[in-house]
Amino acid sequence: MTAADVTVGVATDAGMHPGGSPPPRVSGGLPVLGHLLQLRRQPIELLSRGHAECGELAELRLARLPLVMLYGEEAQEAFFRAPEEQLDQAAAYPFMKPIFGEGVVFDAPPERRKEALRNQSLRDKQMRGHAEVIAHETERMVEGLGQTGEIDLLDFFAELTIYTSSACLIGKPFREELTPEFASVYHDLERGTDAIAYVNPYLPIPSFRTRDRARRRLVELVTEIMEARKRSGQAKGDLLDILMRVQREDGRPRFSADEITGMFISMMFAGHHTTSGTAAWTLIELLRNPEYRATVVTELDRLYADGGEVSYHALREIPHLENAIKETLRLHPPLIVLMRKVLYDFHYKGWTVTAGKLVGTSPAVSNRLPECFRDPERFDPTRYAESREEDRLHPFGWIPFGAGRHRCVGAAFAMIQLKAIFSVLLEQFEFDLAQPTATYHNDHSKMVVQLARPCRVRYRRRSGKVAA
Amino acid sequence: MRVRVDLDLCQGHGTCAEEAPEVFVVDEKESKVIVREEHPSEMLRAKVKSAVRFCPTRALSISED
Repeated sequence: MTAADVTVGVATDAGMHPGGSPPPRVSGGLPVLGHLLQLRRQPIELLSRGHAECGELAELRLARLPLVMLYGEEAQEAFFRAPEEQLDQAAAYPFMKPIFGEGVVFDAPPERRKEALRNQSLRDKQMRGHAEVIAHETERMVEGLGQTGEIDLLDFFAELTIYTSSACLIGKPFREELTPEFASVYHDLERGTDAIAYVNPYLPIPSFRTRDRARRRLVELVTEIMEARKRSGQAKGDLLDILMRVQREDGRPRFSADEITGMFISMMFAGHHTTSGTAAWTLIELLRNPEYRATVVTELDRLYADGGEVSYHALREIPHLENAIKETLRLHPPLIVLMRKVLYDFHYKGWTVTAGKLVGTSPAVSNRLPECFRDPERFDPTRYAESREEDRLHPFGWIPFGAGRHRCVGAAFAMIQLKAIFSVLLEQFEFDLAQPTATYHNDHSKMVVQLARPCRVRYRRRSGKVAA
Repeated sequence: MRVRVDLDLCQGHGTCAEEAPEVFVVDEKESKVIVREEHPSEMLRAKVKSAVRFCPTRALSISED
């Protein structure tokens, strides 16, 4: 019995709506699958249509499971402020459990998950060291590049962010033990987030088989690393060492390679595809907007003219670059829908969402609401300038990182990471789009959104700039 | 000047405690900020403004009462 099955069981019994009216339903659901196939094919169109047809609340169905979307700043604020005893994250994402494995994160109760912030070295004090690591890893990635050439944005940033997140969150020794294979297998795992998981996350379909094979391979790779460490007997002092040393009462290791791999997958998951995709889209948007790109490059040239360290500046303000990243996040939020399971009835204005259903908000829709953002379809980083600050004026409208108690705990880390990456890339290279601008788009067939291939750009080393 | 914190939003990152340790301290157990000085002196205004500005979850605000 999976979490999804339980949820469906509850939902079908919850036909009554005491206290408020049921939310209006979105048209076009199929008899059995509801809107599931549309969610896999054209999710943003579906989510926008919900808003257009129904207004603030719109009920979809993921197979038999109702999902009530909340739209607009006010409804989204109610969503983000609700206590976790009422709106629970874990049960809303059944596709994650086979990826993380038994007993990891989403299997844990909320009070245990809260510890993540303390344990995952995302505190302010750690950031200086992280910025150094990220700059160094980016330098290493570009060392292999020639004077001119092409890169695949998905491959490049997915590999880079495997190294940065493993080095920062698990430790530098572990990162040194990784090969490019780890990044590519990790990618297969991310591709296993098919929304069909709302029917059953263990169906024998190709993407789930690839997912399970990828997870097994990651366990093998981590096992090899653990075996090598045991043979050498040398202390490395990173998180893997610490986890390997924890013992049960009988002296046997507390965590298996499978469990340790699961913990590492989960620690890296939230920060990986999100940062990788945002880096790629930031570069694409800067190349689509050459005037703004020039502003950013000039800003960086001035900043680094005195030979300052990336690790120093990435922690401080780089306003034009930051605003470009924020604007990229607004237009291309890595998570297009955020969901919770309703544990007890959720009331909003005259409506009631009964226990057992899912509720959701959509950063992809919300970030383009005309009532929050002037000329919302336009890439315009100046909307974050001090005189406008559209993100601060609408903290529950500008939600690429979510909001409220579940706001992305890695948001500050992500911004530092992106600032460090672009400090290195734009100081050393010039880039050009290698294909027509409209051909860059996301693949929405999985819940983890990734850039669709081809997604290539050309690079050329800047004259007078040598690799550090 | 009065400092307000929205505890629904605070995640205890501790940025404010770095910017203005005279005014903010993080309760490590709860991962929430504690405002030590609800009405800080005017001399701390610049620091408090930085704390508000750089709070990663935008949980802080200043009001003039």
